[in-house]
Amino acid sequence: MRYDDVADLLPQLADGPEGASPEVAAFVESDLRSQAELARYRRLIRSLQLLRNHLVEPAPGLLAQIIAALELPDSRARILTARRMVYAGAVGGVAAGAAATAVVLMRRRMSLAGSVG
Amino acid sequence: MDLLIAAAKAGDRQAFEDLVRQTYLDTYNLALRLTANEEDARDVVQETYLRAWKGIRRFRGDAQFTTWLYRITANAASTYLSRRRRQRTEPLDTIHDMEDRRTEARPEEAAESAADLAQVAVALNGLAPKLRAVVVLKDVYGLAHEAIGAELGISVTAAKVRLHRGRKQLREELDDMLARSARAV
Repeated sequence: MRYDDVADLLPQLADGPEGASPEVAAFVESDLRSQAELARYRRLIRSLQLLRNHLVEPAPGLLAQIIAALELPDSRARILTARRMVYAGAVGGVAAGAAATAVVLMRRRMSLAGSVG
Repeated sequence: MDLLIAAAKAGDRQAFEDLVRQTYLDTYNLALRLTANEEDARDVVQETYLRAWKGIRRFRGDAQFTTWLYRITANAASTYLSRRRRQRTEPLDTIHDMEDRRTEARPEEAAESAADLAQVAVALNGLAPKLRAVVVLKDVYGLAHEAIGAELGISVTAAKVRLHRGRKQLREELDDMLARSARAV
């Protein structure tokens, strides 16, 4: 038996020798190249397990979207609707802020005009 | 969490929303690994919780609640990606700077360099979606082959074949990345 005969089985054997024939298991155990490859596969699996703890923060609004979708009545379109509601809320917030700013500016301009007149 | 689950099973939506608050970050990350696209992941997460809310009465507690959610997420992502593949044909490769925005790290991770893990994440993202799904569910999230097969609509044997093929391709891609970076130096 040669390394090439077992190379394709190594990704499976990285989980343990179960399922391998006794000949294959014995060869892999005694072959240095197979052992080195197995060690690399096990390192890869360990890295993959660690990826679970590398959490990516979603863009803001996801939680609100999920909750909004739950609150809507049954509908095929409620995911999209929930997304629009959150988006509309954000746009509404910006619009309200702009309107408030405009009112303040207008009042300031009027009081300035009054003091000049 | 057990009290919240019991209350949610009894129809208490506030309790379910509390469960959402506790688990959505984890669920989102699984969806992101499966879809490799932030917008798609958001849709999958919403679909997951809609299905979970509809089906919470059927949750028997044999497995952990999070494992139950992972299975729903896997199924929702599989359905979503199949539907999307029919609609358009663009590649699924748009995770941006994932590893730069990680929010937590465990002490045991000190053994692995962040650069190594970032490379693994990039290589994983480059796998074909069908292989990536099995590798993510088995090697990252620890689901059993039987559960993976059931949620992806494939046999246990097919799940194992995809896992081993995915691992092999990952290894080859990581070797290529190493060779490229060595040439660059």
